[in-house]
Amino acid sequence: MSDVLLRMRGITKEFPGVVALDNVDLRVERGEIHALMGENGAGKSTLMKVLSGVYPHGEYSGEILLDGEVCAFHGISDSERAGIAIIHQELALVPQLSVAENIYLGNERTRGPGLIDWGRTAAMARDVLGRVGLDEDPTAPVSTLSVGRQQLVEIAKALSKRVSLLILDEPTSALNEAESDNLLRLLLELKEQGITSILISHKLGEVTRVADSVTVLRDGRTIETLSTASGHVDEDRIIRGMVGRDLDERYPERSAEIGEVRFEVRDWTVDHPTQVGRRVVDGAGLEVRRGEIVGLAGLMGAGRTELAMSVFGRSYGRYVHGTVYKDGAPLRLHDVDDAISAGIAYVPEDRKELGLILEDDIRRNLTLAGLGRVSRRAVIDPAREAVAAEEMRTRMRVKSNGVYQTTGDLSGGNQQKVVLGKWLFAEPDLLILDEPTRGIDVGAKYEIYLIVQRLAAQGACVLLISSELPELLGMCDRIYAMCEGRITGEIPRERADQESLMKLMTMTKA
Amino acid sequence: MQSTPLLHTVRDLVRNNARQYGMVIALAVIVVLFQILTGGLLLRPLNITNVIMQNSYVLILAVGMMLVIITGHIDLSVGSVVALTGAVSTVLMTSWGLPPLVVVPLALAMGGLIGAWQGFWIAYVRIPAFIVTLAGMLIFRGLTLVVLGGRSIGPLPPSVRMWASGFIPGFTEDGPHLLTLALGVAGSAILVWIQWRVRARNLHYGLPALSAGLTAAKSAATVVVVMLFAYMLADYNGIPIVGLLLLALIVGYSFMMKSTTAGRRIYAVGGSEKAARLSGVKTRRTTFWVFVNMGVLSALAGLVFTARLNAATPGAGEMFELDAIAAAFIGGASASGGVGTVIGAIVGALVMGVMNNGMSIIGLGVDWQQAIKGLVLLAAVAFDIYNKQRVGTGRAGGTAKKKGDGGGTLPPERAEPAKEDTAEAAAPGPPR
Repeated sequence: MSDVLLRMRGITKEFPGVVALDNVDLRVERGEIHALMGENGAGKSTLMKVLSGVYPHGEYSGEILLDGEVCAFHGISDSERAGIAIIHQELALVPQLSVAENIYLGNERTRGPGLIDWGRTAAMARDVLGRVGLDEDPTAPVSTLSVGRQQLVEIAKALSKRVSLLILDEPTSALNEAESDNLLRLLLELKEQGITSILISHKLGEVTRVADSVTVLRDGRTIETLSTASGHVDEDRIIRGMVGRDLDERYPERSAEIGEVRFEVRDWTVDHPTQVGRRVVDGAGLEVRRGEIVGLAGLMGAGRTELAMSVFGRSYGRYVHGTVYKDGAPLRLHDVDDAISAGIAYVPEDRKELGLILEDDIRRNLTLAGLGRVSRRAVIDPAREAVAAEEMRTRMRVKSNGVYQTTGDLSGGNQQKVVLGKWLFAEPDLLILDEPTRGIDVGAKYEIYLIVQRLAAQGACVLLISSELPELLGMCDRIYAMCEGRITGEIPRERADQESLMKLMTMTKA
Repeated sequence: MQSTPLLHTVRDLVRNNARQYGMVIALAVIVVLFQILTGGLLLRPLNITNVIMQNSYVLILAVGMMLVIITGHIDLSVGSVVALTGAVSTVLMTSWGLPPLVVVPLALAMGGLIGAWQGFWIAYVRIPAFIVTLAGMLIFRGLTLVVLGGRSIGPLPPSVRMWASGFIPGFTEDGPHLLTLALGVAGSAILVWIQWRVRARNLHYGLPALSAGLTAAKSAATVVVVMLFAYMLADYNGIPIVGLLLLALIVGYSFMMKSTTAGRRIYAVGGSEKAARLSGVKTRRTTFWVFVNMGVLSALAGLVFTARLNAATPGAGEMFELDAIAAAFIGGASASGGVGTVIGAIVGALVMGVMNNGMSIIGLGVDWQQAIKGLVLLAAVAFDIYNKQRVGTGRAGGTAKKKGDGGGTLPPERAEPAKEDTAEAAAPGPPR
């Protein structure tokens, strides 16, 4: 109780239109492994970015106390000097450089100004690699190491800077079981050496195994801190904390008229695009009926986006096998054009990168996937295009000065409406929505729900991917859950609740 | 209260179009500058004709290069392709004695094949265009030397020479060329007709349109400019044949980029390849065909250049790629792709061409010409980027304002105190 290493008090961080962290408290004792849990978007990563100085002092409110002293970090270098090291999900190593060069990158062992002392670099690198239990030649290029070993190099790099607080952001999400075990064992060893760790993880099993205490965040607020020593913290207890919100958000009333099965995915299997043999989607199967809104739940890395994008004209990964049927007949879906012709539309999660051409105006973005509908013999009729775009803009209630405004200038919600409008313009039979309401305000969310429901009422099929369980429960007629690339279960609306879904979403291969 | 939105509109109009009009204004400034420096020699009818004919091949290349740059690539090989197609067609016409009507399609097809070769590596194997076309620059220059055996070959049949240095018939022995003037009248009529038709269509669909008075003024200005230009040309020898070819290319490619699905897809690929692909655009195929097109236009430029020189030489077309690239960037292309117009490329090429011509007339050495052209290229792109950043900050302000407006939908406790301050500060404004 007495020896508190880190206190974060009343941390509030706002992004335009969204409060990411709302008066968050975090208290980490010296020498413990402290797990930080919560759904996607609960604010875990944002909190760690505040702590490590990625969001500098002044961009948030609240205070950080390290060893009882108030800290005001203006950048990562400040927090590093204070002994905080963060290891992100995406590794920050230069693949072409050697292990030793990576460990001392920006912190080189030198003799004289600017002259690297290679002998000392190699020797010290070997020492620090020993501490993480990595028996690797320090001169080997990082690119020749497996992802699990690269993770250890990252930790070694942190240790080389005399770290006292190590933050790991979902360190095991890209690792296999043996590598994960190894990493967790290392965390326990480092704890023996007096290093405090904050572990962000979605995997309940590993948290209950190594963590001394667990802080649960939900919707940018601290819900509770549980101590594994004091009480019975089992997985159900943590799940309740993660999802325990009431369904107070409003969803439009749904009266579905569900027809026959229109789209069916069978035995869909996809490999990672670059990592050979890494299965991302593993024999997934699902069906969507006429007029039905079907949900797809899963935690980050479960393979939902990968499943959707690979179905959408093989836009992701390496196709292994599997078939998509429409009205009972198999479809040929070799590229996006095939998918569009088959009546499939995909609204991507990353609207800025994948959904829009930001420097183009609303009109051009709206008609891009359906140019044939405003052109005759490949010549675009500018007036028909402008009128069609204006109609869609009004229908989607995009707030802008007309259709000639650049989409890069719009707010997130309005951008999302443009992406959605682009795909409604193509008049799809199956609309796949990937996190359609992420990062947009409540009002725009509701409007998007209405649009989606109206589309389903007109007989279209909708597949809704979302990390927000209330959204799935509020919108969907039926929900599939995914974990590790497999469909782990299917629950009809009447019987679905957050606990049962979370159980399916964390059902790893035994 | 009412004047402010209007002022904003005007300011936005100027800002958003600065990229487009900036270069036209720059061209006008350069023309006036050299008109003064050369003591009026620049705008003499003979010299105007010369400027067009001297720059015809760069203009052709600039059109193709603009498309390449819009897709986010670059082509360093066009100069070598000009030389190779020129050499092969000269050999076919002189040594083999093939008629020009057979050789021209062959040469264009060859350009297309070269483009397909490079497009294949760039679009399907995904080797950066910089590398593929750098290799192409060496390969096709080398092949030119092989074909010509290191010598210049000429002369060409007179009918071929006519394309590059001939004029359309005038129908009168002396005095201004009637056909040229007639074409000028026809051109003005078509442009005016288009302006009024666009206005009528916009009104029909309830889209914003210029008032009748403004449209009339615009039409009058168009007629004056076109007829003045036609008269200048008519006063010398009339419209050069290559000028007609250029006109056709400019009109055709402008139409394609502005009004066809193919053009829209080219812009989309350059704007965001990933987003375009997820919208059903066949991005690889689009890139491939843009390079095929560049190859065909390079072959066309090769024919025009060889015909004008009346010989195929091993060093033909050296540095043309750089002229074409410079023209595209001066004309408002963005190095990251997705932005640029065919007219921009033409204006950019003319900026370079007028400077070349003007500096030659006042007797500036080639050394200084190069240095000055380099500075102009840098200044043009720097202006463009400065302008974009300014628009960018303007945008940021606009977005912030929009958020302020949208803030009304948020619960009041979320409104920042700063916003209330500005509201209070703004409130006493109007009465003053």
